[in-house]
Amino acid sequence: MNDRIQLIAILVSLVIAGTIFQLIRKKKLLEQYSLLWFFSAIVLMIFSVWRGLLDKMAGAMGIYYAPSALLVIIIFCGFLLFLDFSIVISKLTNQSKDLAQEVAILHNKLEKLENRTLETRENGINKNA
Amino acid sequence: MKVIRKIVIIPAFNEAKNLPDVIREIKEYDTSLHIIVVNDGSTDNTTHVVRKLQVDVLDLPFNLGIGGAVQTGLKYADKNGFDIAIQLDADGQHIPSEIDKLLMGIQQGYDVVIGSRFIADSDYRSSLMRNIGIKIISFVNSLILGKKISDNTSGFRAFNRRAISFLSRNYPIDYPEPETIIILGRSGFALKEVPVKMRQRMSGESSIRTFASIYFMIKVLLAIFIDVFKQYKEVENYE
Repeated sequence: MNDRIQLIAILVSLVIAGTIFQLIRKKKLLEQYSLLWFFSAIVLMIFSVWRGLLDKMAGAMGIYYAPSALLVIIIFCGFLLFLDFSIVISKLTNQSKDLAQEVAILHNKLEKLENRTLETRENGINKNA
Repeated sequence: MKVIRKIVIIPAFNEAKNLPDVIREIKEYDTSLHIIVVNDGSTDNTTHVVRKLQVDVLDLPFNLGIGGAVQTGLKYADKNGFDIAIQLDADGQHIPSEIDKLLMGIQQGYDVVIGSRFIADSDYRSSLMRNIGIKIISFVNSLILGKKISDNTSGFRAFNRRAISFLSRNYPIDYPEPETIIILGRSGFALKEVPVKMRQRMSGESSIRTFASIYFMIKVLLAIFIDVFKQYKEVENYE
């Protein structure tokens, strides 16, 4: 890796980390969903700062061409993020289902109450007349 | 003596055509039954039709699928302290006078009674692919439960208080019928299958179409496989 590409890599990872930070600060991203993004940004940063690490890791994984190892790492981070999305979506699906059911039941209850109030009021008027 | 309160839960998605007949038949069978139609985000005038008949309705704000709809009815039954809940399809294939047979099983002490169209002769016909799927699911379910359940997709069922309470907390979402059997069986509920007569659908389409049969089977088998390893917590505060 030459110096220029390293500089670019460091800058890119800084921009990613900065963007995530900014999104959290503006409350466009909840902290609970940002952990994995931060993790990914940090991994990216470590690899761009520490040049030898990628070669070492590639060697350890039995990958001869070091940039391939980088691809593997990126895919792994992406996989984790996608999995996290699915977990979050499942949770939201469940919550929205529970809410919809609760809305239907409450709506039914409210309607009955309204009808009952209306009836008692009408009865009252009839008595007074 | 305490009066046993019974509720009929009818999940309905665009069933404005079939519902009046179904509701009339239920009322003819037993006027003391509380009927609740769960309108699963229908795009036709299901809710108006039901309201006109002066029947209780739960309007879901959007379509949840049959599982979510039935669960809504069970939650309602649970909150309002019903003793027995009967699940009956809105399409007219279940015959209300057959409810007797389900209730008999509950009286015998079973927690869940399933009305089956396969035990006795009935005029029920189905596509080949669907039949194969139903057979395979029946085989797998019987293997897991150690008890033969032939009609796993039947949506004609009765639940006692304990089952209502449990299912209002644990209920699968799509194609839920075979899965509920596994969940209930593995959580120690006593299941019984009784033969009932069923009709062909009056109008409209079944929720399981022929070309979707394979997806149905794979999804259900996968869900059942996972259910075997799941733990279901039963809440103890039912009476």
